[in-house]
Amino acid sequence: MTPIMPDIQLIAIFPESILAIFACALFVMDPFIARDKKEQLGYFSLAGLCVSGVSTLFLWGKSISTFSGMIALDNYALFFKTLFLMISALIILMSIRYIKIERINLGEYYGLILFATIGMMFMPSATDLLSFYLSLELMSMSLYVLAAFMRKDPKSIEGGIKYFLTGVFSSGLILYGVAFLFGATGTTNLGEIAAFLQENGVTSSLSLIMAFVLLITGFGFKISAVPFHMWAPDVYEGSPTPVTAFLSAGSKAAAFSVMLRVFINAFALSSGNWWPVLWVIAVLTMTLGNLVALVQTNMKRLLAYSSIAHAGYLMIGLITASQIGYAAILIYLVGYVFMTLGAFTLIILLCSANMKGDQISDFKGLARTNPMLGLVFIIFALSLIGIPPSAGFVGKLYLFNSAIQGGFYWLAIIGILNSVVSLYYYFRVVQVMYMDEPNAGTVLSFSPTLKVALGITAFLTLFLGLYPEPIIKAAIDSVQIFL
Amino acid sequence: MIPLSYYVTVSTMMFVIGLVGILIRKNFLIILFSIELMLNAANINLVAFSHHFGEVDGQVISLFIITVAAAEAAVGLAIIIVLFRRKATTNVDELNLMKW
Amino acid sequence: MLKALLPSNYLPILVFFFIALAFGVVTIVAGYLVRPKNTYDQKLTPYESGILPETDARQRFPLRYYLIAMLFVLFDIEMVFLYPWAVSFNQLGLFALVEMILFLTILFVGYFYAWKKGALEWD
Repeated sequence: MTPIMPDIQLIAIFPESILAIFACALFVMDPFIARDKKEQLGYFSLAGLCVSGVSTLFLWGKSISTFSGMIALDNYALFFKTLFLMISALIILMSIRYIKIERINLGEYYGLILFATIGMMFMPSATDLLSFYLSLELMSMSLYVLAAFMRKDPKSIEGGIKYFLTGVFSSGLILYGVAFLFGATGTTNLGEIAAFLQENGVTSSLSLIMAFVLLITGFGFKISAVPFHMWAPDVYEGSPTPVTAFLSAGSKAAAFSVMLRVFINAFALSSGNWWPVLWVIAVLTMTLGNLVALVQTNMKRLLAYSSIAHAGYLMIGLITASQIGYAAILIYLVGYVFMTLGAFTLIILLCSANMKGDQISDFKGLARTNPMLGLVFIIFALSLIGIPPSAGFVGKLYLFNSAIQGGFYWLAIIGILNSVVSLYYYFRVVQVMYMDEPNAGTVLSFSPTLKVALGITAFLTLFLGLYPEPIIKAAIDSVQIFL
Repeated sequence: MIPLSYYVTVSTMMFVIGLVGILIRKNFLIILFSIELMLNAANINLVAFSHHFGEVDGQVISLFIITVAAAEAAVGLAIIIVLFRRKATTNVDELNLMKW
Repeated sequence: MLKALLPSNYLPILVFFFIALAFGVVTIVAGYLVRPKNTYDQKLTPYESGILPETDARQRFPLRYYLIAMLFVLFDIEMVFLYPWAVSFNQLGLFALVEMILFLTILFVGYFYAWKKGALEWD
């Protein structure tokens, strides 16, 4: 018998392979490195991310579909891969000192972040239900452990358990939806599913509706959309702060990246009548997220509710089901990632041996003692609200613009009203920073790597607001695949 | 030859039992069992559909799901051991440090 | 109607099921009816190879046990992938061998990590 050579082009998974080699090497090295030298592993994983990032840049512009149509490498995937690598690098930069303070400086921490990144990087590449499910699980599984990483802290354990339970529950729903999608179409390849649906025009078969409901519920949990958001504030508050940042930036962006592929390809959003469901979820998510954020006293919970609200804005792009809407999601995600990471970096800065630093009252008078920090926080606040010149403004402009062009006027109006509401709670923090008397015992735990992370996020948030053309162009290039 | 709808009925029943179990049970271990039920319901569906269409795709997915379920159970047990060392309970209702 | 509901291929299994059920029920009931009923403390203690039981049998297992069991499940489940590989090895040839070596290498990294961390030591 002649051997069958399967259709494999390793170049398509080159950046992930590099990262996987680094992650495995990290786990082998970990037992041999003394407890107080674990930051070496942090630098080692940063090196891995850099190598992987460079190889990603070399792949830009390529269009490959391989592993029997399971993995696709195109501009869309590369756009997200670059974003995830940057997120991951920033997370490691802000962790190195934090995990020493919290006494969780273990090598596994970096290893798990790398594995979660690999999962995220596969997600936008997945063009098959199997590869999509596996990459989702690789990401989630690493994040469950990371969320419960502070084993001695009851809040972290509680957050970890809540995240684990909601996570596997939503994975179960998604999986059952996948089974029904397979049952409705007889194939697991997203492209073939789309072709099948176009040919047969079954947009309302029972299996398909079941699949849609299950998938939207499962993804609703992953992106923390109302009414599936209950877990987010607790998990965000309990987890170690860099992990919270990773959850809110990385896992949300990854969930959106794969959601676009699955929903646009498999459900033919533009031709189907799915939008009323998404419309209701988006409006609920925006409104509830912003309203509940008004009464928070814990900074991490406040950012959790704000990230729920941002998920609502992002869904606008999905509802419009147009090229510009999809591009707007990508543009907004880039801005969202950097401003959220920046805001979390400030919380990490306040965390020292005798203070958690996640209460709003811990920010008292910070801008008086340290004017630079006040300025940096104002940049992030402006961006989170969506006021120019900031990355958040550009993203929101494109999102609301796509809603108006698609004829969803109410959606745009509700979105803008919500942004006005959000102004109140972000500026309450700014007010606390500028108007109140400084706390006596506040110790800022600066470290060189943290400064780098803060600098990069602040710079990019401002820079993308002033000169957004490259990102807009890249985003429009990337969504060409959905034509 | 058993018709396809029988398999789908069984799997739906399993899925609903799992779903209800997760929502109403208090013991973490029982919740883990319920999650396994949900995953295996999906397995039955996939294998049945795969047999129906005469394609192996679904069966391949179910092999991977078995592995993922094992990993999930391991992570879940590890987390619950951490909780048990700390609070000597497996009741998820006692996790009430954070509200609103 | 009934015939449609009861696929004939599975009838033997159903019959077998009822026979098995009946066997269990009959033996228990018969034993209950026939045996003499004089019990005393000594007789009710569990029989453990002739050694007198010291404590209650329902003890907590050491946490170690769960760790070993978890590792066993994780490494055991990988067999799921070895079976299809073995079946189709002839058609895939050298390529499959390389793939499987890669797969097992990654698995071995995990094993090495668990070993070095002392997860396999009992105390």
